[in-house]
Amino acid sequence: MKPASVLIIGSGPIVIGQAAEFDYAGTQACKAVREEGVRSILVNSNPATIMTDLEVADAVYVEPLTVPVLERIIAKERPEALLPTLGGQTGLNLAVALHNAGVLEKYNVRLLGTPLEGIRRAEDRELFRDMLAKLGEPVLESEICHTIDECVAAAEKIGLPVVIRPAYTLGGTGGGMAFTWEQLRATAESGLEASPITQVLVEKNLLGWKEVEYEVMRDGAGNCITICNMENLDPMGVHTGDSIVVAPSQTLSDKDYQMLRSSALRIISELGIEGGCNVQFSLAPRKDVCDWKGDPDDPLPYHVIEVNPRVSRSSALASKATGYPIARVAAKIACGKTLDEIPNAVTRKTTAAFEPALDYCVVKIPRWPFDKFALGDRRLGTQMKATGEVMAIDRGFEAALNKAVRSLEVGGRSLLWERPEWRNPEHEIPLVATDERLWGLIAELRRGTPMLEVAHRSNGVDPWFLERLLNIVNMERRLLNEPLHPELLRDAKRLGFSDEMVGQLADRLPEQIRAFRHENGIRPVYKMVDTCAAEFDAATPYFYSTYEQENEAIAEPGRGAVVVGSGPIRIGQGIEFDYASVHAAWALQDAGLRSIMVNSNPETVSTDFDTSDRLYFEPLDEEAVRDIIENEQGAEAEPPASIVQFGGQTAINLAEPLRRAGLPIIGSSAEAIDTAEDRRLFERFLQDLGIPQPPGAAIFTLDEALKTAQTIGYPVLVRPSYVLGGRAMEVVQNATEMVGFLALATEAAQGKPVLIDKFLEGREVEVDAICDGHQVLIPGIMEHIERAGVHSGDSMAVYPPMHLKDDEKEVLRDYTERIVLGLGAVGLTNIQYVVLPREAGDAPRVFVLEVNPRASRTVPFLSKVTGVPMVQLAVGAMLGRTLKDAGFPSGLWPERNLVAIKAPVFSMSKLVGVDTYLGPEMKSTGEVMGIDRTFEGALTKALMSSDLALKPNASILLSISDQTKADALPLIRKLADAGYTMYGTEGTAAMITALGIPAKAVTKVLSGEHPTVVDVIQDGTVQCVINTPEGRLTGSLRDGFHIRRAAAEKRIPCFTSMDTAGAAIDALTHGAEFEVATLREYLGQ
Amino acid sequence: MTEEALLVLADGSVFAGRAIGAPGRADGEVVFNTSMTGYQEMLTDPSYAGQLLTLTYPMIGNYGVDAKVEESGRIQPTGLIVREAAAFASHLRSAGLLEEYLKARGVVAIDQVDTRAVTRRIRRHGVMLGTITTDETAAQALARVQAMPGYDDTNWVDTVTTDSAYEWDAPGEPRYRVALLDGGVKRNIMRSLAARGCAVRVFPSHVHAGELLALKPDGIVLSPGPGDPRLLNAVVEETRALIGKAPILGICLGHQVAAQALGAGTFKLPFGHRGGNHPVKDMVTGQVTITAQNHGYAVDADHLDASAYVSHINLNDRTVEGIAMRNEPLMTIQYHSEACPGPLDNTEIFDRFIAMMAAVPGGVS
Repeated sequence: MKPASVLIIGSGPIVIGQAAEFDYAGTQACKAVREEGVRSILVNSNPATIMTDLEVADAVYVEPLTVPVLERIIAKERPEALLPTLGGQTGLNLAVALHNAGVLEKYNVRLLGTPLEGIRRAEDRELFRDMLAKLGEPVLESEICHTIDECVAAAEKIGLPVVIRPAYTLGGTGGGMAFTWEQLRATAESGLEASPITQVLVEKNLLGWKEVEYEVMRDGAGNCITICNMENLDPMGVHTGDSIVVAPSQTLSDKDYQMLRSSALRIISELGIEGGCNVQFSLAPRKDVCDWKGDPDDPLPYHVIEVNPRVSRSSALASKATGYPIARVAAKIACGKTLDEIPNAVTRKTTAAFEPALDYCVVKIPRWPFDKFALGDRRLGTQMKATGEVMAIDRGFEAALNKAVRSLEVGGRSLLWERPEWRNPEHEIPLVATDERLWGLIAELRRGTPMLEVAHRSNGVDPWFLERLLNIVNMERRLLNEPLHPELLRDAKRLGFSDEMVGQLADRLPEQIRAFRHENGIRPVYKMVDTCAAEFDAATPYFYSTYEQENEAIAEPGRGAVVVGSGPIRIGQGIEFDYASVHAAWALQDAGLRSIMVNSNPETVSTDFDTSDRLYFEPLDEEAVRDIIENEQGAEAEPPASIVQFGGQTAINLAEPLRRAGLPIIGSSAEAIDTAEDRRLFERFLQDLGIPQPPGAAIFTLDEALKTAQTIGYPVLVRPSYVLGGRAMEVVQNATEMVGFLALATEAAQGKPVLIDKFLEGREVEVDAICDGHQVLIPGIMEHIERAGVHSGDSMAVYPPMHLKDDEKEVLRDYTERIVLGLGAVGLTNIQYVVLPREAGDAPRVFVLEVNPRASRTVPFLSKVTGVPMVQLAVGAMLGRTLKDAGFPSGLWPERNLVAIKAPVFSMSKLVGVDTYLGPEMKSTGEVMGIDRTFEGALTKALMSSDLALKPNASILLSISDQTKADALPLIRKLADAGYTMYGTEGTAAMITALGIPAKAVTKVLSGEHPTVVDVIQDGTVQCVINTPEGRLTGSLRDGFHIRRAAAEKRIPCFTSMDTAGAAIDALTHGAEFEVATLREYLGQ
Repeated sequence: MTEEALLVLADGSVFAGRAIGAPGRADGEVVFNTSMTGYQEMLTDPSYAGQLLTLTYPMIGNYGVDAKVEESGRIQPTGLIVREAAAFASHLRSAGLLEEYLKARGVVAIDQVDTRAVTRRIRRHGVMLGTITTDETAAQALARVQAMPGYDDTNWVDTVTTDSAYEWDAPGEPRYRVALLDGGVKRNIMRSLAARGCAVRVFPSHVHAGELLALKPDGIVLSPGPGDPRLLNAVVEETRALIGKAPILGICLGHQVAAQALGAGTFKLPFGHRGGNHPVKDMVTGQVTITAQNHGYAVDADHLDASAYVSHINLNDRTVEGIAMRNEPLMTIQYHSEACPGPLDNTEIFDRFIAMMAAVPGGVS
């Protein structure tokens, strides 16, 4: 049964709904497959993953995830089997597509994991219902209807209340719930009207029912186990990825628990899955919360809502929540092992055939991007909107919840936070599902509203959870009213109150609370996540804090260092930083040190229990990290050092607090970090070095802003300091815009200054450098395709640079070396430059835009394409090993004989109300890489992988701003030559016609004559869009908004930068041939 | 004002907590169960007689109490040790709080205990005696614990078996008549049999084989129960007389009794098997199922009669989980096919028992 070789499909770029969890799953799977002696062949377009490291699989392809490319890989590698269940929905869909295209049959590739029939029965609505009916499992009743009468008939059959879901509408517009027959007719009418195909789904209304998930596993011999069950705090109606989830379930009796468990096992058996599977149920709630028909003495009614016949986001959460490595075991099962043949990697004594027993409570909270997208629709429903998640563990729910909230890093918001208007008792706090509902619930309870009323208004949050929130409120009252005494503080800590929260309520500084704690011996202990509730002596070094009697994480002898991770995946701080953190842990081990990882993100490789010597699953705040360092110091004279330069802004922000606490940091000092981030210090620093930067200043007030802008001249770049991902950053064209925008930037700066710089429009270039204190190595220079003004994280970056002259590269090398050495930066530094055009014979014109003395998001990309182990060298340097000792020279590393392009990927179709145009504020959620021998080949692949590739002979909608019209002319000609049909907004169409090229005008006025710009997008008349906005604060931005949103939701390419559009059109017209090769082949290894 | 309580173990370790049950003292062998749900089923399981039950899941009582899930007529362990007893219960069927349930039944219990520390201690040093006390100093309690008689010296079956025989009727016309030897039976065994058409007559554990066979049963069930099976010589003797007379199903203690009747020995496990997650492999089919377990002793199959063989093993520690006879309709399991609490994966054991009865030529009464 064991195959000789297996092709594993990764999940591609990080998008909402498919994030770092699949790097975790894929990495585990590749390792497990290799352990079985099976040759592993991996394909993933996402370079920011551990799974695409050369060492993880036998052959690594960073290539587009399309059927033709996969067929070429299969033809070349001739794998015996395909394992598609670890690459998310992408992997599963590709497996089906490969089968449908006859590729699997042609090359005789066996499908592992889930049989095709199983995939179809889980995903096809009718087959799914048939399967459930066969098993006698209750299915959610629903009917597809095309008329109001059909809707009425369906509702009569199903019974009111029902939900009406229009087909193919955006964000569910037009649908809704019907509790009465009048409501049914009205909603049916609006739903049918809203649906472009006049079709709605009439479905039984389960609003208020509990939502429960089971992670189950089955082997080829038919043995089935449950890994974990999870209960959503948010009842039915909210996507599970957007729900606050607790593990194990809290409000299910043993009867309820076992009933659903048995159902899940029947389903996985029927589907014939060999591996992992996720089953979602709705379970009847308390009748006083939400009434339902039926006898309460019978077993509680339930419905099977959804089955994922593969490893999922929930499996990653379940793995971290229990310690059971689901993906690893699933991969071994795929290779033919049975559960009882697979050793339990945690206990090292028992086997994988058991069910984890938890002796703690796990809380997961999603991380939503609404801090960046203030105008986005915050309501939560069936479309997932979170970019990432945090998890916290404690012995009680309240403490786990409080720690999870601390881990979110949303503006330092604790559970004490309330919207200012909520303080007004007249104001009704919204309790429908949004990203702020948790705070709304606790605020409502704080007001004294009865629990059942809150349960009703929140559409069924179980009173059990509300009562636990009330416990937190009661503790708040005690801290406000009683003098702080050790018993009270201890009780507060047991409920997960941070020192900062206690201080806020008891009117002390956090540091005073910490001191008071230590005086009274109130310190956290650390307990192990061991899969077995201490029944067996486990070997996992995976810990969480709690305030109890016995500490299990006794400091071990030998030198160690703490790697501060990067927390939840969010826009601006993605998986790239987890990649760097993981490599930092490995580099410490290579250097003979104990690596101690701290992180709060359950999706990642860094929180896999065998990545580091010790893993602390904790919030990444000052209190938690200092507690861990104190615990790890043990009886030693010196505390272990911390590494803060790999975990993004989260980690770097801890440099100053740690320094203040007298704790050692290795790598760049807090002073170096401050010099780079403090505008005034940095300006003086560059002046001393004689290196130019765009003129500008750090300001606090509007008056200062206007004066500065006037002095240096518009356009200017406005951005808050010490903020990641270009949040609240904008190019401001004039004083009016400045007045409008500055308030936003000031708010985001949170008391720190706002920076105003002259906006220089030139070629943007990015450099990563490694310094050992004496020598500087520059692995590579990356050139952006989009000109300055687009956030570097949203730009396409090309390695090696295509347009830089040797003397410009030399200036970049010189500046980089002097800056890095001047700062005293040790480890990694990222510098962004702008290179301005120049006349022949002039000296290069290079300006420094930004210096970050930490690992940047380009580290995985650049490490992969240059072959330079950047993190390993950086950690070595921090530990005193010189680049020379490591066998690396200084200066610019020789360019490789390849071209690699990193392209951003967005999740805009999922974020209703968010504008998609590219600007200085980062919006992408992930990245892909196109790599080839030629620029054209690499570009074609990068566009394919980021869904921006243009189809030949298609139709395009153009809406071009006045200032970009000149740039647009050559592109329009190329499109016309390529056989494109042109549609344009009024002005743009006139411009195209003036060129002698036919173009149809469509109106921007949505209420006007049809077809409008939105119509031609929605009905498929055009297959791509170029829309360049005028600026954030002008009318044109608002006009274009509908065009961009419609394109995002139709999921067609929409270019808002002429540079990206130009690249895509070039790729189309050149029709590039491309290679398909492994990373090693490209690197010539 | 919350009442304080202490948990004192024989090794001298002391855990301070809050009294959540009746005031007073509760003595017993301290054991732990790792099930995450089913506290009320565990509390009413007679196999916990003479023991202080530690639940490793930290939040207990979340879904309240419900008389319908009780497995016997009273709370069986002498005391309960938890991390946190819920001050609020939320479930459709909840009729009250765990604390009230314990108090009303006079059971001493403690919460706010680092139950993981207790569990680790037991795992390392084995089960030990202990006490929960609300009216002593730790030193006084320890002195008392050290003077307690050993758990293994008491015949606990005598304290839980039924006083007199009784009927548990099948709904509708019964198809089989089953005699059940009650060493501390759980109600769901009777429910499971009744649901399969069995009229069950439950006998006290000291019944003589002749009296039981006079019923002309189609099958015999040897029930689970508490304590050291080596103290049950009389029951073993009677069981020997039953083998071969009718199909036999032995569960847990019933398995240990049958094994002894077939020549095997038993021994005490260091800290027992108590939980709902133990993997058991059927040595005949190779199938692995997840089982509910609650036992402190195991069968040593070294001297098992040649007429019998080991049919199931535990994958965690390879101990015997079931035996069967080669030529007689007898099967025994160390785990709990009746679940309650625990996974429902093994209810088919009852089907196999029915099939054994059905296969007896002319046997059905």
